[in-house]
Parts: sequence; structure tokens; C-alpha cells
Amino acid sequence: MSTRTFGEPVKRNEDRRLLTGQALFIDDIELPGMLHVAFLRSQVAHAKIVSIDVSSALKRSGVVAAFVAGDLGDYWQQGPLLVPPPPIAGIVFHQRTQVPLAKDKVRHVGEPLVIVIAESRYIAEDALDDIDVELEPLPAVVDLEKGLAHGSALVHDDVGSNVSAHVRQTKGNYAAAAAKADQIIKRRFLYEHGISSPIETRGVVAQWDKRANQMTIWDTTQAPVFVRNGLAGMLGLNERQVRVIAPFVGGGFGPKIMMFYPEEVLLPWVSMKLNRPVKWIEDRLEHFFATTHERGQIHDAEIALTRDGRILGIKDVFLHDGGAYDPYGLTVPINSQCTLLGPYVVPNYDSTFTQVFTNLPTVTPYRGAGRQHGVFVMERLLDFAARELKIDPAEIRRKNLIPPEAFPYKNEIIYQDFQPLEYDSGNYEPVLDMALEAIGYKAFREEQVAARLQGRHIGIGLACYVEGTGIGPYEGAKVQVQSNGKVSVATGIGTQGQGHFTVFAQIAADQLGVAVGDVDVVTGDTDQFYWGAGTFASRGAVVAGNAVNEASKVVRKKALKLASDLFECAEEDLVIEDGKVSIVGVPGKFVKLGDLARQANPMRGAVQPGTEPGLESTQYFGPKMGATANGVHAMIIEMDPRTFDLKILKYVVVHDCGTVINPMILAGQIHGGVAQGIGNAFYEKLVFDDQGQLLNASLADYLLPTALEVPRMELGHTVTTSPLNPMGIKGAGEAGAIPGGPLFAQAIEDALDLKGRGVELLEIPLSPSRLFELTRNAQR
Amino acid sequence: MDGDFHDITLSVNGKQYRRRVESRLLLSDFIRHDLALAGTHVGCEHGVCGACTVLLDGQPIRSCLMLAVQARNHEISTVEGLTDKDGEYHPLQQAMHDHHGLQCGYCTPGILMTMTAFLDENPSPTEDDVREALSGNLCRCTGYQNIVDAVMTAAMRTRSR
Amino acid sequence: MKPASFKYVAAASVDHALSLKAEHGDDAKFLAGGQSLMPAMNFRLAQPAVLIDINEIADLTGIRRSAAATRVGPVTRYRALQRDAAFARDFALIGEALPHIAHPQIRNRGTIGGNLAHADPASELPAIALALGARFHARTATQERWIEASDFFVGALTTDLQPDEMLVDIELLLPKPRTGCCFMEIARRRGDFAIVGVAAMMTLGERDECTDVRLAFCGVGETPIDASSAAEVLVGGTPTEAAIRDVAASMQGMIDPGGSVHATADYQRHIAGVLTERALRTAHQRVRDGR
Repeated sequence: MSTRTFGEPVKRNEDRRLLTGQALFIDDIELPGMLHVAFLRSQVAHAKIVSIDVSSALKRSGVVAAFVAGDLGDYWQQGPLLVPPPPIAGIVFHQRTQVPLAKDKVRHVGEPLVIVIAESRYIAEDALDDIDVELEPLPAVVDLEKGLAHGSALVHDDVGSNVSAHVRQTKGNYAAAAAKADQIIKRRFLYEHGISSPIETRGVVAQWDKRANQMTIWDTTQAPVFVRNGLAGMLGLNERQVRVIAPFVGGGFGPKIMMFYPEEVLLPWVSMKLNRPVKWIEDRLEHFFATTHERGQIHDAEIALTRDGRILGIKDVFLHDGGAYDPYGLTVPINSQCTLLGPYVVPNYDSTFTQVFTNLPTVTPYRGAGRQHGVFVMERLLDFAARELKIDPAEIRRKNLIPPEAFPYKNEIIYQDFQPLEYDSGNYEPVLDMALEAIGYKAFREEQVAARLQGRHIGIGLACYVEGTGIGPYEGAKVQVQSNGKVSVATGIGTQGQGHFTVFAQIAADQLGVAVGDVDVVTGDTDQFYWGAGTFASRGAVVAGNAVNEASKVVRKKALKLASDLFECAEEDLVIEDGKVSIVGVPGKFVKLGDLARQANPMRGAVQPGTEPGLESTQYFGPKMGATANGVHAMIIEMDPRTFDLKILKYVVVHDCGTVINPMILAGQIHGGVAQGIGNAFYEKLVFDDQGQLLNASLADYLLPTALEVPRMELGHTVTTSPLNPMGIKGAGEAGAIPGGPLFAQAIEDALDLKGRGVELLEIPLSPSRLFELTRNAQR
Repeated sequence: MDGDFHDITLSVNGKQYRRRVESRLLLSDFIRHDLALAGTHVGCEHGVCGACTVLLDGQPIRSCLMLAVQARNHEISTVEGLTDKDGEYHPLQQAMHDHHGLQCGYCTPGILMTMTAFLDENPSPTEDDVREALSGNLCRCTGYQNIVDAVMTAAMRTRSR
Repeated sequence: MKPASFKYVAAASVDHALSLKAEHGDDAKFLAGGQSLMPAMNFRLAQPAVLIDINEIADLTGIRRSAAATRVGPVTRYRALQRDAAFARDFALIGEALPHIAHPQIRNRGTIGGNLAHADPASELPAIALALGARFHARTATQERWIEASDFFVGALTTDLQPDEMLVDIELLLPKPRTGCCFMEIARRRGDFAIVGVAAMMTLGERDECTDVRLAFCGVGETPIDASSAAEVLVGGTPTEAAIRDVAASMQGMIDPGGSVHATADYQRHIAGVLTERALRTAHQRVRDGR
């Protein structure tokens, strides 16, 4: 395999359309006769629905229809369970999934009650004010511990409690390990992740063509194939009658793979009912309620160690806020549970969680998908242990790293792909060393002392993590050489900025000896590729990329075979490059790939039985389990000791995601992840009141980091190839976002010498005000 | 209730348009749907994210905070007008491509309009100047670093032309 | 989030605008820069029946200097104020505050009059107006009056402007000679609404004794707060570190911040104290440096 572009920072094929404003995003779709949708959403978090009267809305000029749950008849059903509970002994799981329009009860602010269809979004919003809704408010379940207490209001009455799930996983025997420990550190941690808040919100356009008997749905989904399958089933159509297209999508980050959102379920139904195309574009206010969140966990965790800092075991009991419904099963808390173990040898582990129903929007994965929470707990426990045992924080980590000869490393407990957690490959110590070197760890203590003499308070943070990536089930790709010599690649996953149009092109280009710019990639169109799972869990490049590679290899083989027949020579004597197959050493004797493709699709004549036409192949790739990437982040900050204002002076990431296809695109993924990690740690906080009302539902008050909050980042990387796929690659999409929390906690404690003042930072997010409150009663 | 409509004439990317608009139609919606110039994107409709930034008489503004009717007799510039008549990139577009300054591309048109206007007035910015000028445009994908590099490169290339 | 319907009129003159306001009263709102009004309308928090666009009225923009005072038209954009070197020099408080007001795109449209009339408790300009002792010229179709800044801001998002009145001019008195000014604020991100902001002015006499101090805050009450009386103790002497700290402490007793999703009331009170010290110290340093 030639490696002309693999590993190179090839510039992106998709840029021109995006830079010139010519890329099609969902709200760009204009169809003749298209109507516009707005939803009347619940303003209270928990209530019985007494009555809904849409009659006045229907009288408004420009309003075409308005539907409530009862109007949907049999179409109204609870959504499917997307991720069943993993096969863990003793698991408790109560499936309660979302519905297209609330019936009987509303369970979170923003849950849709009525869908209004009108000539314009402006008129549809006018009509919302015409609708009379009578709700009988109920007490809202917001606090996790209160929600589990006897006598709490119930989100789902028929469950009998607010327990969505209860899971315990163990490895070894923690109790026995703790009994032998020299040191036990026990703390309660609070970790809240935020919302994805991509710059493009969600949207759905549905067009039912009665005469063609065809439904076309444009959807900002990360998983068009599953959306197609599910909606076809719900609508009573054959899969072949439904085409789902994910156009250019302005950022996904996880919540755009949640399905079946009420809007996804309703727009096609409405289109069929009215026989007109319909469009719904989520506005920013809706996004705070209508798109899924990730939120918080409360951990009561303890770590048992020897006096020289070796981990003997960890015990953790945590509560996870699952929101009003649980269509995504246990993915997020299982990730927390598994990722807590990190890159460390943890011989004994006892982890229990309860996923709690709350009257808040549903929680599904958002970049990191629960890993942040686990990493925060582990890294903080190690920091406090280091303090007690008087060991340097970097050294306590080094001491416990899984050694390179221990791979594949079995962690035994079940991971989100239902397989026992196993790290395929890794070499962790060099990553730590590179990060320490890059941040200037050794020199830092002196610099800190010197800075203090100038009245400056600087601090350092360090965090290690692993990231399970590239999980199954599978993806597929079709690669085809066209008669003009260009190559077409189609795969079922969607793209939200990750550079698939370039990365997959590089893979095909290298196999087929063509220029990257001559490879045209289609993603996210179910008519172009029928099968697949979707873009999530840092798996796109790994799984779909490998499928592209396999299909490209087959096409390469076909091309060589055809050319060898043509030239009557051995395949070994041929070379493919610059879009041509030629005989080695005889460049004048060549055939263009496009001509070969044409010859492979004759208009007349006979072919050998069993021949497939054309130069194309469809191949699938399914890894037997996920590949484990890892990284270390280090950061130096400066704090104003009076205002608690924070400035990042230096930020380092060293990362191992196996073989790298395009280092430029990889760096971009890390940069973006780090920005979200910074937001999560210090700026973004969802502020709910005790009635489940979100008090900061706007971008003015939900604070995304800007170019002034995100520093320049220095990246390094090492490579341990994955044995789980032929290209040796691991995923990288979420890595940047994972360790921000513990990094900030450590660095702030260091800058303000909180240890000396008896203050520990046990929660994320933090803010200047919160730091003031936490430290005000401490010794100076 | 019937809407309140107004006839307006305005220039967009150098081309004259004459339209009838409802008074409450936002300039962002007018540009995108009435003029079918969908390169300008909408992210928040409350003036924070910057995705809808266009130039009004050469200055960057939030098109979601302006009414279409207010654009009467003004000159609007959008991302579609950045390439030259042969389709060649503006130096900032080229630099963004070279530096991987975009991922999903949704915030990109707003950033291009903001920063091309910024460079016109600030041909030799420092990195701090660039970050400050960029701080009114939110990006969720890139972490801004490559965008900053692209702006610095575009500035340097323009100065050396 | 699309605004509700309204009738739109582009006023051709001040008289035209005022006659419309007289006709519609509270059902009509003036549209200046729109950077505060349009978000409210897009969220449907504001639903005026009539929108009177005053952007085309030339009389309402511009900076007119005279010996003792400067008059600024209310529809003068922040951008114009930033680019007027003489203005930024004369009114250093405003010059220092402007980079904290949102972002360049907002400043290209937003206006000083719009900001003052909107009277957001966290907004910088109302506090600065208090510190400078600004006066506002308000007119109706038939009458006019001048309102002192101290009487203008009556509550959160509420000014003394009556339903038929419009702010038509803003008068800023030049600070006295040998006055050092400093504006500082704490916000979560640059350009966000201030958690606390302070405008400080210190005037020194011939013997470098303090002859006047002005101190005003935004973000710590329903309106901007004039806390100059807390600093009166500095007048007559040379401001020392200890004296400035005392001013900060006594000022904290004069304010009643409400807290927000971004900060507790106690944090705001704490910050107000810290900023008071720093702003007074800086103002003092600046006048000694001749700035």
C-alpha cells in the first residue's frame, strides 16, 4: 500500500463549499409548497395535562394545522430503546422512553405539547400564543438524592420510584484490598457536564411525495441509517421508500445521534397527512430543552493504596441524572464507571450506580459521554492520595500506569459495547513524560516561587485518561472507480465537521493511486449507502475508515486483475499511480483507471459467470471490540487571588490514537475538544431552580468559551498502533474534552495554595464566584 | 391580522434588489430565504453567536438583530461576495483552508465577514488583537487556534502583496 | 425565535418621532441600534405594537464640543465614540469602558442613547453617566426638560422617561483638570454584562491633596449606584492605601447586590470592594502620571 497521503496533513476537500457559503445545511432546503413548524412546549417541568385547546390557533390566517397527542392515533407510541442494558448480572433497568407529544403528563420543561404547521415560522410562533393549555403542576424532581427519597414525586408513576437503573460491577475484592491498605482516601464529588450547544441547532425537513410513493427526510442526525429504519417502520413504509439525508451538519457532538426525537417522528407524519413538505428548525431557545443534555453525577468514592502510592482498589457509589426518559440506556454512566479506571492498574474495583429519573431534559452522550465524570473522580483521588502520602502528583500517576507489556489489558467489567473492558494496546509512560517535558514540570516549582515574590499566583495541573474508541458494531463503504477516472466513496455514517470527506478520500486515494481531490465522498445519505450505525463514540475514522480501506483494497485488486488481463502480464509487474495502471519500468504502457472501469462495464458481449461489473466494491468492517486511546493534559494557569479570575498561560496535550490518517484534522479535533473541556470546567453551567426551570437559557448566560478564553494549545503525540484493525488506528474525537475538570481543579488548588488553607475542590464546574464561596471561610 | 409590508431597495454584494418585506422580517431571514443567499447562517437570534454576521456599509453587524426593512438603501455584503469575479478566494478564505480553520463550517461565514472587515482596518494585528476581534464569534468545533493562525497569515500575505 | 407583529415607521425627524410616540405612548418603542431591543423582541419578551425607527434622523447623532461640556446625540454609535480620539481622551471613563461593551459587531450598531434608555442594571454607561454627573435632554411633542443622571435611572430597565418622551441629547461635563479616571469591571467573559463595574474619578489640588472623588457602580443594584459619599473621607488629604481600603469597606455597606446565575450577592459585594480599591488606586496613579 502506497502511503503518499496517509499520515499527511492533507487539506480538506470539503472546504470550498463551506468557505464560499455554498454548502447545504438543513435550513437551506427550500421546497415548493413547504410549510413551517413550531412547537408549543411545556413551560413547567412536571404537570398533569388537563386540557389543550387549539381552536383559536386554527382560526389564525396562515395556520394550516395543529395536532396534539390524541390526533396521532396509533402513530403515537413511546420511542424505541436505542441501547439496551448491557448483560451485567443483577442489573435493574426500567425502560421509559420519550413520546412524540406529551399525553397525560409532561415530564420536563420544553416537552412538546402541540405541533403547529403554518405558512411561515413567524406565523407558527404567533399561533402558539393562541393555544390554551391547562396544566396541573406537580412537584418537580430535580435533586438526585431527594428524588430517591421516600415520598418524592415520581417522574414515572408506574415505576414506583425514580430509579431508572441500578448497576453494580466488580473486579476482584475491594473490601479485602481495603483491609490491607495503608491509606484510604474517601470523598464526595460532584461533576456536571453541560450541553453540546453546537452553533447549528437541530432541524428536520420531511417531504412525502404521494405520486412517487417516496418519503425524503433531511435531518441533522448523526445516524441517518437508523433514523431511516425506525421511521420507515413507524410510518408503515418499506425502508426503500424512505430516504434520510444528513446534509452538512453544523456540529454534532453526540446529542444529534439521539433518536427518535419527537420532531423526527412528527415531521414525516405531518407531511404525509397534509401532503406537503414541512420544515422544522430548532431555535436556540428550544435547543436548551428540546435537544438532549449531559448533566451531573454525585460520587461517593474511595481509593485504597499502599504507603508508597500503589493503588490496591477503588470503590465508588454514584448517582447519575438521567433526565425524564432513558432511551439511551446506560451508556453514559457505564462510560463513567469504566473510564474511571483510566490508564492505571486497579486490581480491585467495586462500582455501583443508580441512574435517576428527573424532571429535566433527557440525558444522552455528549462528547466524552460520561468519561469526564469518571476521570474527575480518579484524578482527584490520586491528587489527594499524593498529598497525604507526600508523593509528587506526577509520580503517583507514573507508579500506577499499566506497563506496556501488560497489553491487551483486561479490566473485566462490561463496557458500553457490551464487551468486557479490554485495552487493546498502549504505552502510557512516554506520553506522561512528553507532557511533563512540554509543560516544564521540573522547572515549574521554582517558577512558581519566583512568581509569588512578584505577587503572581500561578499553578499547574496534570491529568491522565484513557478513551475507549472505535467500537462496533460495524460500518460499510462502497468504493467505485468511475469512467472519468474519479473515485466515489459512500458510507452510511454522517459528518459534522470531522473531515470525513478528506480522511476517507486519503484512504481510498492511497490504495487506488489517485489524487485526494479526485475522490468524492458521500456520507449520510441512506440512498447512497444502505447500512451503518452512525457517527458517535469516536468511531468514524476507525470503523468507517477501515471499511473504506477494505473496499478500496478490493477495488485495487480488481483493477490490477483487469490490467494484468489486458496487458497479459503478472499483477506483480504492475503499479498504480496518478490514476493509471502501468507496467513497472514501462511507463508508456498504461491504462487509465477510468478506462478500466468502463471496460469493466461492457454494453455488449459476454462475461465470465460470477463477474461483478465495474470497478467497485462494498465492504464492511466490524471490530471485535473498541480500541483504547489515551492522553495526558497539562496546564499552567494564573489566578487573581482576590477576584478569582483565571487565565490559562500554557496548555499541553499529548495524545496517542494509534496510526494517524491526517494530523491536521486530528489536531483540530483535539483543539475543539479542549475548548469544550475548558467550557465544561470553568464557564458552562446549566442553572436549574428547584422547580426544574432553566434560569440561563440563552447564549448570553450559558457561557461558551470564546477566542479569549481558549488559549493556544501545544500538541504532541505518540503512536501505539491498534491490533484491532488493519490500519492500526484509534479514535480521537472526544479526547480533548475529557480531562478538563480535574486539570482545572488541581491547577486552581495549586495556584491559590488551597491545600495550605484546608480547601479541596470536589466539584465541576467552577467559577470565580464559586471559588470565592468555597474559600471565604478558609484560613488565609 | 394582516402584516405590515414595506417596499425596499437595497444592494447586496453589489447587486440591486427590490423587494416587499413584512416589517418584522429579520434581515438574516431576508438574506437567506428571500434572496436565497444561504451562506449567512443563523445560530441564536439574540446577537451572541455571530454566525449571522454580515457587513452593513462595510461594517460587521448581527443580521439577526436588524430588520430587513432597515436595510433599505444600504449596502450589504455577505460571504457569497468574498470570492472575486473569477471565483478566486479572498486571502482569508485561502488562509482558512491552508490552516484548517474550519471543521463543520457553520460559524465560518460569520467569521469571514467579521475578520475580513477587521483586516481591512488592521493590516498588522497582533495575536491578541485578532483574538479580541474574534471574540464576538462563537465556534464550537475548532478551539479558535487555527482561525487565529489563518487571520495572521492572511494579514501577512496581504501586506507582502 | 421570531418577533411578534408590529407596525414599523421610519421617523424622518425628531418631531415626527415624537408625534408618533405621543399618539401611541407605551404601545410604541423607539428602535435605535436594536442591540438590546431586538433580542428582547426575538424572544417575544418585548412586543411593541409600533416600532419607531430613529436611525435615519441625522439630528440625533454626533458629538458637539463646547468649552465646558460635550453633547452627544443619543443615536451616536459606540463605534463612533471609540473612533473619536478627542472624545476618548476627554471622557476616559467611557473610552475605557467601551471595549467591555459586547463585541465589535454590536458596537457598530449599538448607540449610547439606546444603552442609557434601556437602563440595564449591569450596563456600564449608566454608572459612568452618574460618575460624570451627566444630564439628559428629554422631549415630548410639546415640551422638554433636562434630567440629571441621578434622577434618570429609577429601576431595573426603567428610566424616568415618560411614555411620550424621547431622549434627544446627552450632556457630559468634562472632568475638572487634574482628574484621573479609571473604569474597571469583572465579567465572566470579555463583553459579557458586568458582574460588577466601577467608575472612579479622583481630582487632585495643587498640593496633590484629593479635592474630589466620584465613585459609581453597575451591577450591584436595580440601578447604577452612586457611592461617592463613601469616598468623601478621602477629600482634603493625600489618599493612602489604608484610606482607600477603608473607602472600599464602607462602600460595601452601601450596596445591595442581588446575585445572578453567574455570581452570588456576596461575591459581587466582595468584588465591588476589590474593584474600588484598584480603581481608586489607578485613578490616583493616573493623575499623578499626568494622564
